[in-house]
Amino acid sequence: MTSDSIDIINAFALLTNFVILPALSYGSQLALGALAVTLVYSVLRFSNFAQGDSMAFGTMIVILLTGFMISRGWTISGIPTALLVIPIAIVFTSMYLLTMDRLIYRHYRKIKAKSITIVMSSIGVMFVTGGIVRFVLGATAQKFEDGERFIFSVREFKAYTGLEQGIALKTSQFLTITIAFLLVAFVFYFLQKTKTGKAMRAYSDNKELALLSGIDPDKMVQITWLLVAALTTIAGALYGLDKGFAPQQYHLLLLPIFASVIVGGIGSPIGAIAGAFLVAFSEILLTYAYKKFLIYLLPLSMHPSSLVQLIGTEYKYAISFVILVIVLLIKPTGLFKGKVIVDE
Amino acid sequence: MNNLKNVWQSYRAVISFALMGLVLLFVGFNQSWALVIGIINMSLISAIMALGVNIQWGYAGLFNVGIMGFAALGGVSVVLISQQPVIEAIDAGGIKMLLALALGAVTIAAGVLLNRRGINKWLISLVVVIGYLLTRYYFSEASDLIEKVDPAITGYLGGFGLPVMLSWVVGGLAAAGAAWWIGKITLSLRSDYLAIATLGISEIIIYVIKNEDWFVRGLKNVYGLQRPVPYEVDMQKSEWLQNIVAWIHRSELQFLTQSEQIDKLGDYVREASVVFVKLSYSGLFLVILVAFIVLSNLALNSPWGRKVRAIRDNEVAASAMGKNITRQHLQIFVIGSAIVGIAGALLVTYDGIFIPTAYQPLRFTFLIWVMVIVGGSGNNLGSVLGAFIMWFIWIQSGPIGLWVVEMLGNYIQEGNTSLEFIEDRVHYLRLVFMGSIMLLIMRFSPGGILPEKNKEL
Repeated sequence: MTSDSIDIINAFALLTNFVILPALSYGSQLALGALAVTLVYSVLRFSNFAQGDSMAFGTMIVILLTGFMISRGWTISGIPTALLVIPIAIVFTSMYLLTMDRLIYRHYRKIKAKSITIVMSSIGVMFVTGGIVRFVLGATAQKFEDGERFIFSVREFKAYTGLEQGIALKTSQFLTITIAFLLVAFVFYFLQKTKTGKAMRAYSDNKELALLSGIDPDKMVQITWLLVAALTTIAGALYGLDKGFAPQQYHLLLLPIFASVIVGGIGSPIGAIAGAFLVAFSEILLTYAYKKFLIYLLPLSMHPSSLVQLIGTEYKYAISFVILVIVLLIKPTGLFKGKVIVDE
Repeated sequence: MNNLKNVWQSYRAVISFALMGLVLLFVGFNQSWALVIGIINMSLISAIMALGVNIQWGYAGLFNVGIMGFAALGGVSVVLISQQPVIEAIDAGGIKMLLALALGAVTIAAGVLLNRRGINKWLISLVVVIGYLLTRYYFSEASDLIEKVDPAITGYLGGFGLPVMLSWVVGGLAAAGAAWWIGKITLSLRSDYLAIATLGISEIIIYVIKNEDWFVRGLKNVYGLQRPVPYEVDMQKSEWLQNIVAWIHRSELQFLTQSEQIDKLGDYVREASVVFVKLSYSGLFLVILVAFIVLSNLALNSPWGRKVRAIRDNEVAASAMGKNITRQHLQIFVIGSAIVGIAGALLVTYDGIFIPTAYQPLRFTFLIWVMVIVGGSGNNLGSVLGAFIMWFIWIQSGPIGLWVVEMLGNYIQEGNTSLEFIEDRVHYLRLVFMGSIMLLIMRFSPGGILPEKNKEL
């Protein structure tokens, strides 16, 4: 970085490595979580405060199974073992979520409780789930990624392109973006094209009418939880592969997830995904230190001396909150018009 | 049997409180009176906090998931009002910090004003961004200067050096201000937006307290806060306390030799001074709690209270009668939060130390909620009872958990890893335990122990 010339290509490479790729993968993880919240919201009619801790629960199962597989030597070289166990983890998580539904939420559906009462019970579930996870795995952070860490590393990229600034693509980032894309595509296909998906949408639009047309409400609820379990486990596992697992961090993911859902319009699947990327990009763009980036772009005389960071990293959760507040002030229904629950 | 049930139905409150009192007496005789008074004091503070939440939930159905944040605002005010100002820090960066904060305020005001005038959105954004960058520049410079002043002892601006009791009022006002802002944004919207927003704001308040060292020392904690009651050491020197203690223990003391008498008396006086100080706190807290209960019961039986209940029971009808529901909800949300803020200030005053890491959602938000639900939502006395019961369970659940582990240890061999594992993590089961209590009460006895009496409107 001795030259004082303006270097757009390197600046862009820098931004790709430290902003665009991380934000894309973080956004994908949020999108899956947000999609789960939005599904619960449209079919079961409450904001699920237990989402973050359910993700921790799913990840816990993944971690336990990964440990088991590695101890047996049942691994495939190059691929994270976590990826292999996700399907089994989904089964366990769905069992857990269905049990919680059976024990807790079903009662409130039956007595047609106010949605705020169900929200409150979901907070109870949040604490129980968080407690279980912390009891089993402890509260400290841990990593469970094995296999190849990079699809291509900074050095390989530099050798290939000859650029001064390298880009690395982590396996976890690549997996996150691909899997999230496939999963979202599947959910949309399921909701739009299959008979069950259509029934689910009908049920979410108008319960009485759906009942009259012979849709089985219990089945709708169960399928919703199965979808939610899949989204939750995968979102949690991918987040953990990317950034490591810590129960408190998962618990706090609730804020960006809710922000994504509300920004996009609560109850709208497309909105949840758009919101997730909006939140992820804002969080990373605002907490990134632009010093090096500006050094590439500005002549020597204008090089910044400070980090040029808009907001300290410790306040990244405040960003989701501010976005949330701004949306509530300007457009409470969100970017894509969501639905509004009316108590029956 | 039927008779018993009738007695329970008509004297629920009396019986429950009497049982709770018996349990506390039992602990007093078996463990120590200082411990019991400590439990009572914490229960009283929790009861005030639960009262604030009960006003929000029981009177208006407002779900506040950010109790922790409002309580923390109360705690911050104790530091800011009662601590002595740090002159060197103020000299070093006080003016700059003031300038930075003023600049921030001007930026926000300019943004709001320009927005009202309907000026181009991009222009407004530009103004706000430039204002923000300038604010941040001066702010970080000022906070660096302040934090450099003797960081091991001060490293912050200090407070105003005013009496600590004033901070209780200020704590209430601070919480009320935050509640007004949050309520203004979310209360006209769907009910769970309030829950989400309060959850967010409380986490952010805690982040600010932990990270801004220049403000209230961040993770370095603030020790030795001012007290509204005398110190134990001073009490031990006071003659009248010595005389009372000597009189109480006269039968035991008269058979001892001179030197033994002095030793023994010294022990008793030390113990008595601790009890006395704690009792003075109990008196203060009790007065505040009773005042709040009386006030809120009077309010609930006034025309205002009838309006509040009418809105809660049937929003549509009340709205058709011309009642402004959003404004009413905002009012109640602000009042309830102010009470939580006051309780938060009382708590920090009682602890005598301000520890940001002590603010855990489980302890502050969730435990208080369980208190309200267990006691009986909508019923003030219920909240008080719930506070006593749940605080007792909370404080005893630690020892009980360890006891269970020890019992297990008798059956499991020494050095067994699974035992160490459980010992290490048994306190996380508190989360499961408290969550289950809340879910069970909500499911099987939604009215709680003392359900709200249905009053004719």
